[in-house]
Parts: sequence; C-alpha cells; structure tokens
Amino acid sequence: MGPIDSLRWFVPELVLVCTLLVVIVVDLVAAGRGGGRSSAWPGILAVLGAGGAVAATIGVPILGVPGLVGAAPRWLFGRMLVLDPFSVFFKVLLGLALLAAATMALGSREVRRRQNEGEFFTVLLGAGFGTMLMAAAGHLLMAYLALELLSLSAYVLTGFPRHDRRAGEAALKYLIYGGVASGVMIYGMSWLVGLTGAMDYAGIRHGLLQLAPASRGAFFVALVLVLVGFGYKIAAVPFHMWAPDVYTGAPLPVAAFLAVGSKAAGFAILLRFLHGGIGSEGAIAAVPAAELLALAAFVTMTFGNLAALGQTNMKRLLAYSSIAHAGYALLGVIVLGETGLQAVLLYLVVYYLMNLGAFWVVMLVVSHSDREDLEAFRGLAWRGGAVPAVALAIFLFSLAGLPPLAGFIGKFYVFAAAMGEGWYWLVVAAVLNSVVSLYYYARVVRTMFLDQPAPGDPPLAFRIADLGAVGALSLLTVYFGVRFGWLLERTMEAGRVFPG
Amino acid sequence: MAEWVLTWTTFTPLLGAVVVLCLPARAVDVIRAVATAFTVPSLLLAGWLLLHFDPSNTAPQFVQRAWWIETYRIEYFVGVDGLSLAMVALTALLSFLCMLASYGIERGVKGYFALFLLLETGMLGTFVALDLFLFYVFWELMLLPMYFLIGIWGGPRREYAAIKFFLYTLLGSVLLLVVLLYLYFTPEPHSFDMTALGALVRDRIPLSVQLLLWFGLFIGFAIKIPAFPFHTWLPDAHVEAPTAISVILAGVLLKMGTYAILRLNYGILPEATLAPLWGYPVAFWVLGALGTFNIVYGALCAMAQQDLKRLVAYSSISHMGYVMLGMAAFTPQGINGAVLQMFNHGTITAMLFLLVGVIYDRAHHRDIDGFGGLAAIMPIYTGLTGFAFFAAMGIPGLSAFISEVLVLLGAWPVYPGLAIVAASAMVLTAGYLLWALQRMYLGPPNPKYADTGWEINGRELCTLLPLAAIVLFLGVYPRPLLALQSPTLVELIERVQRAVPAPSETMLAETANGG
Repeated sequence: MGPIDSLRWFVPELVLVCTLLVVIVVDLVAAGRGGGRSSAWPGILAVLGAGGAVAATIGVPILGVPGLVGAAPRWLFGRMLVLDPFSVFFKVLLGLALLAAATMALGSREVRRRQNEGEFFTVLLGAGFGTMLMAAAGHLLMAYLALELLSLSAYVLTGFPRHDRRAGEAALKYLIYGGVASGVMIYGMSWLVGLTGAMDYAGIRHGLLQLAPASRGAFFVALVLVLVGFGYKIAAVPFHMWAPDVYTGAPLPVAAFLAVGSKAAGFAILLRFLHGGIGSEGAIAAVPAAELLALAAFVTMTFGNLAALGQTNMKRLLAYSSIAHAGYALLGVIVLGETGLQAVLLYLVVYYLMNLGAFWVVMLVVSHSDREDLEAFRGLAWRGGAVPAVALAIFLFSLAGLPPLAGFIGKFYVFAAAMGEGWYWLVVAAVLNSVVSLYYYARVVRTMFLDQPAPGDPPLAFRIADLGAVGALSLLTVYFGVRFGWLLERTMEAGRVFPG
Repeated sequence: MAEWVLTWTTFTPLLGAVVVLCLPARAVDVIRAVATAFTVPSLLLAGWLLLHFDPSNTAPQFVQRAWWIETYRIEYFVGVDGLSLAMVALTALLSFLCMLASYGIERGVKGYFALFLLLETGMLGTFVALDLFLFYVFWELMLLPMYFLIGIWGGPRREYAAIKFFLYTLLGSVLLLVVLLYLYFTPEPHSFDMTALGALVRDRIPLSVQLLLWFGLFIGFAIKIPAFPFHTWLPDAHVEAPTAISVILAGVLLKMGTYAILRLNYGILPEATLAPLWGYPVAFWVLGALGTFNIVYGALCAMAQQDLKRLVAYSSISHMGYVMLGMAAFTPQGINGAVLQMFNHGTITAMLFLLVGVIYDRAHHRDIDGFGGLAAIMPIYTGLTGFAFFAAMGIPGLSAFISEVLVLLGAWPVYPGLAIVAASAMVLTAGYLLWALQRMYLGPPNPKYADTGWEINGRELCTLLPLAAIVLFLGVYPRPLLALQSPTLVELIERVQRAVPAPSETMLAETANGG
C-alpha cells in the first residue's frame, strides 16, 4: 500500500507525532510567558496524546473513530510497516504504557517543576512513538530505525535530571551499551540481507526457505548477532548490565516506562522478527536457535533472581526483578508456535499491570521520604500507607506468581507453552526461580507489614488520585487472576503474525 | 439448590472477608462478631452435607461444574466424597471455634479477621476442588493469609517463622505445578479433571516418568504433612503463630498433605504408588517406613522440648505418622484408620493448642518447668488438659484410640515389623505427655502463680467443650464417621491395587505373606 493510503491506518502514530509537535510549541509559548515558571500543559497534553493514540487504535464508535481492531492484515508504506492483530495489540499496550508513564511524570517530583519540563514530555512522546513503530516494523531498516528512535529518546530521558551525577552516569552507560548492541545488531542484519537478498520480513523468510545448507552456519551467526540487539532491549543476560544502573539513575516514571513499555516493545520486535521474518520452517530448524534462547531464558531468570536477593534499593530490586521476568517471558519465545506467542502476549499484559503498579507505589513512597532503600518502606502499612502497602503487596506477590493473582496466570501460560513443547528442565528451573524470587519480594512485604515503624518515621498522606491509580491497578491484578478468559481471547486474536 | 451448597460453603467466608474490610477499623467488637457470624453458614452447610451425604455412592456428590476457561479446558469443578467430607466438616468447625479463640487479638483486628476468613475459603476450596487447576489456586490461596497471620500477629521470631513456612510450602507447591502441567498435557484433549485424569493418563506415561511425577507430588505434600526431613518449618511456625493459627495449621493444614497424597498420588498415579522399589512397593518406603520413623522421631523430639507449644508441635509430626502408615498398608482397616486419624488428630491437636493458648495468655510463657502444681490453681483447666493429653495418648474410650488401633490392625498383616514399632512408640507418646503433665500440673503449686485466680473463662470453654464432646463421642461410637468414609476409601485402594500389573501384584502378596 502506498504512503498516502497508508495514513488511514497510521492514525495512532500520527496522533502521537502531532501531540509531540504541539507540546514543543506550547512549551515555547509557556516558557516565554511564564518567565521560566513551569507549566502543567506539556504533561497534560502528553497524557491526552497517549490516551488519544490508544483511543484511535481501539476506536471510539460514539465519536465516529473507526479504530484498527479487526482490520484486515496488510503492509503499510510499501513493505515497511505491518498492520495486523499483533501490531494493534501492541499499539494498545504500548500506548497504555506511555499513558501511564506520562501520568506518573505529571505527579513526579523528579520531573515536575524542573527546568525543561516540557522537553521531558516531548522526548517521552518520541519514545512512545518509537515503541509503536517497533511493534509494527516489518522491514529490517524500519526495525532498526524504530529501535534507535526509542533508544535515543531513552538516553535523553534517563539523563533528564541534569545535575544529578547518578542520572548522568546511567545515561552514559545506557548510551555506550546501547551503541555497541545496536552496532552488533546492524552488522547481523547486513549478513541476513546478504544471505537472503531481501530486507522485508516476507522476503527474508522466502530467502531462508531456499537457503543452501552450506550457508546455515552463516545464518546462525547472523541470527545470534541480531538477537544481541533485541536481547539488549529486553534486558536479557548477558546484555542486561545497563538495567540496574539506569533504573536507579533515571526518574521513576522513566524507569517504569523502560520496564514496561520499552521491554514490551523489545519483545514485540523480537517476536515479529522470529515469527514473521524467520518463520518456523527451513533454516531455523537446522540451527540450535531454540536451545540458544532456552539457555538465555535460563540464565536471565536465574541471574536476575539471584542478583535481586541482596538488593536493598527498591529501584535496583525492581530492575533485577524485571530482568528475571524477561527470562520467564523468553520461555514463551522459544516455542515458535501460536501457543508460545499467545503466552508471551498474555505475560506482557500481566507484567504491565503488576510492574507498573509496583513502580507507582515506589514513586509515591520515594517522593515522600526522598529515600529509595527498603528502610523508607518500614511499617508503611501502619503509618497511613495502608492502601499503597496492600497494593504493593499484591503487585509483588503477583510478580512472584502466586495465585489467584494475574502474575500466576501469566507464568502459568508461558510455563504451559514450554511444557507442551517438552522443555521440562526449563520449566522446573523456572518454578524453582519463582521460589527464590518470593524471598526478596516477601522481604519488601515484611518490611511494610511485619516491621513496626521507627519512632522518627513520619506518618504519610497520599493524594486520592495516586491511591486511585494504584488501587485500580491492584484490583485489575486480582481480577485478571480470577477472570482471565477475556484477556486470553484478546491474546489469542493477537497471537497471529501477518506473514506478508 | 444442592449443587450450589459447596460453592456457598466455600465462598461465604470470602464474602465475610470483604464485609469485614468495609467495616471501620475502630469497631472492634462489631468486626469480631461479623467475622464469627460469617463462619457459621459454612458450619451449618457442612452439617447439612453430613446429613444428606449418600455413603454408598463412591463418586463425588453435590457436584457443581462449569467451564472456567473453556479454551484451556479449565473447570470450576467442586464436589465431596467420603475422603473429603469429614475434612470439610473439620475445617468449618475449627474455623468457627478459632474465631472465638481469636478475640484476644488486639492489634490490627480488621486485617486479622479478614485474612482468617480468606484462609478459610482457601482451605475449604482445597478440599472440595476436583479440578487440578482450581485445586492449585486454592492450595496457594492459603499461603498468603498464613504468611501474614503468622508474620504480623505471631511471637517474637515471627518474621523468620513466617518466611520459612512460606518458602518451604511454596517450594512444595511449585513442584505440584510442574506435575500438574505434565499431567495436563498428557491426554488428548488436555484435562485437569481430577476424577478422570487417572484413567486418562494410564498407559500414556511410562512407569519411570510416573515415578518422577509421583515423587514430585510427594515431596510437595510431605512438606505439608510434614514428614521428616521436610518438617523443620513446623516447630518454628507453630511456636510463633498465634493460638488460633496454630490450631488451624495443625488441625487442617497438615491434613492437606495426606489428603492430597490420597487424592492425587493414589488417585491419578496408582501404578507408581505400588511400583516395586528394592523389593517393596513405593508406598511402603515413603509412607509406611517413613511414617513409622516419623512416629518415633516426633515422639522423641517432643520428649526433649522445654516449650509446651513445641512439644505439641512435635507430637503432631508423630501423630501424622500413623496416618501415613495406615495409608501405606492398603487394607480397609488401614485406610479407614488413616483418614479417621486425620479427623481425630484435627480435633485433639486443636484442643491441645487451645489449651496452650489459655495458659500462655495468662503466664506469657510456655516453659514446662516454669509452672508446677497448676492443678491446685486451675482445676477445670487441668481437667480439660488431662482429657486432651489422654486423648492424644490414645486411651481407650477417646477417639484417637480407635483410629490408631485401626491403623495398627490394618498395618499388621502387611507390615508387621512397622506395626510393632508404631505400637511400641505409643509408650513414648505416653511418656512425653505424662511427664509434661506431671511437671506442669502436679506437685506443690508454684508460689509465683498461687494467688492469681486464673481459671479458664467461659469463652475459652466454648471453644474447647465442643471438641471434647466430639473426641469422646467418636471414641465411644465412631461408626457414623466410618460409615461415611469407608466405601469411598475401600474403592480407592481397590482401584489402586487393580491398576498394578500382574507381576508386582504377586510380589505384593509375597511381601504380605512373608513380611
């Protein structure tokens, strides 16, 4: 489909880009008029833009917005982007991640009333735009560009607290690791293009089907190199080193966005590459790709959990926990069939709810006490923080995978997918990992509930809006743990990648 | 109506938990009353079930089933049979009594009662669930409230005890999760139906894999029983938990281990249960021999304790050993004795923990040597304690006698050696109980407590007397309970024995004859 016709199917992204431009202008006007005083408008516009993108994806019948749900799969802009249930699913999920990050930023002391607040939201919208492109990219160049758009925006967002040394260090580390990873990845892509003579995923898949047996070794090398780049985005071991420092140094809304939005986008680009570009037949069957991914999954979850055991800084703890969760989700990726794909999609939704909620509560507590260590949570439940404490307990137990919380359903389906394909040792390793993870999650819960507040700890008061947000997320976490039929149907619809 | 009975029984406490959460935290008396009131319907419905249960029918009764997630064939499937009925009744009864025993809780009353009600739903659900997925959800649902109940309202080392309990049991249940997934994927179409899985997976899983699955399940459940060497969480959890939670832990949660072995290991993997291992069936080693070892080991540990609550905790390990031995025997007496012992131990150990709670509330310590001559100070309390101790010893006329004798009778023809050891261990039981009785209650009154005027109060009597009545009644006339459970249990062991191919059957006969 040509560029002009494609625009009709590009509305969510257009909404984001237009908002981004408007925010720049508004920021300029506000800065000129207010004499350097901060304005809430860029943040509010970013929230509206993200919400608009989600609305434009699912459609608002009352306003006559048709939406993209149920649209026939097709190529957009030549063979650059793909519109299929898979990309629509991710547009909603990633739009919601952007929406959540912008909302968090609106209430964050690390972002609000700081210099260049407007720029923060501009770049955040850019990052969101990048994640959406990643989910839809059906062409190696597009995939690379989308990934870089997200990465560059994320470097800036991480370093946003300009005079904070930790943030600066984190941004630099992120940039250097990211530069290496993307260099390796584009090198791998060049091999892939050389082997198949195509750059769009459908062409690559056809090329691979006719690949000479002698070139399989080269194909495997190319595959591994490309996976390095994606592995970096989802923070899989051994490309995870940036994550703990970046999560700690970056403002919490950014850390939350990286944990749920950027990671989900990383999985989206990985899944589309594997399902659309590589396929499950031909050369892939001759190389130990699944074994390699299984090893990565095993190492990632084990390392993430073991490293999290000793953490006392909440941001670092959540960073290692998010590494471990990338490992669990990879269990579904190694199963190159629809069950695996659906399981990962379900996992990402559930992970979105519980991890976002956890970051939100951490942000609320950190903004009260200016401390990020576990001590800030001591006796939280007994000094006015009952709602955030209960909510965080729900999120953490859900992350540990206890029923009847949504995290259990997510884990159950990825484990089931791996079990169905005979990956018994990996499933056993994964469930044992869950036990390890409970230890550090429960330690946080213990600090909040079982420990008494120290005499000097001030009682906390929270805004109704914040309590409502974490309350809603925790209720959804419980709800989807019991009634997951609807969610399962959505992921089953979305679990079909347009082959082109 | 009848098909909704179990659903109401299970979920009324959950409803109560929601109601309690909506009450203002300061209305302590209202919260207590409302929470107690919400355990009553389950108790009444359990009574109704006992009256309307048809013992001759070995299939699950009062069944309700509906698709939960149809695409994955997960069902909401509940029902009771002779194996689970008594456990449901026990759970409902102990939950109600423990509500009364919890009125001494002062801090965080609202959270305590809400979590307790949530726990009751988890326990009842585990016993009535007949879909593996549902079973697993309920099984895990018990963990969270238990963690908080021990961790927030427990004794000085509560945090350690709570996390130890949590990690141990989670380790057990994730093994259950792996086995559950394997079993689910074996038949086509996939199934979680506990009543049908046994037939569905038969001949589809090689015996070596069955054994792996069997042991995976067994370790998960042995942690719950708890069987040596997976028992170390129990003394800590018991000692630190508040009284009512100890009662629930010993009275109901331990039974889940043996219940689940009967339901899953026996019901779904019968062939592995009786597979030969070093000349004897698997059940002999891990249930019979290990159970007998538990009887002796628990009794010896109990004898060495200074802390009365630790003593009672170790006595649980010892008494649960009889359940395991009875299950291993595969005789009608043995299995009947085992399940009856589950019920009897539930009531007797509940009494013991409640009695420990009574004295702890007054003296604020549980050191056996720190009392002396309590009989003169608290005659009624001493009388009840004596009654409970004698019941735990297995004195004729009280309920544990019947079940332990049935277990020994059942084990004798099959494993006479084990039966002799188990019977001799009763001396040890009498030893630690009588010794404790002597040190605490007899002799000259401790001057420190002489004028305190302690005596058991009316509310505490209300929690103890119903249990004492049951212990006495079942000790004299156990028929009603035996009649309810026997057909189902006999059918179960026959089903297991039928599943074994011919060679090992002859071997089993040999071991039965030769000893």
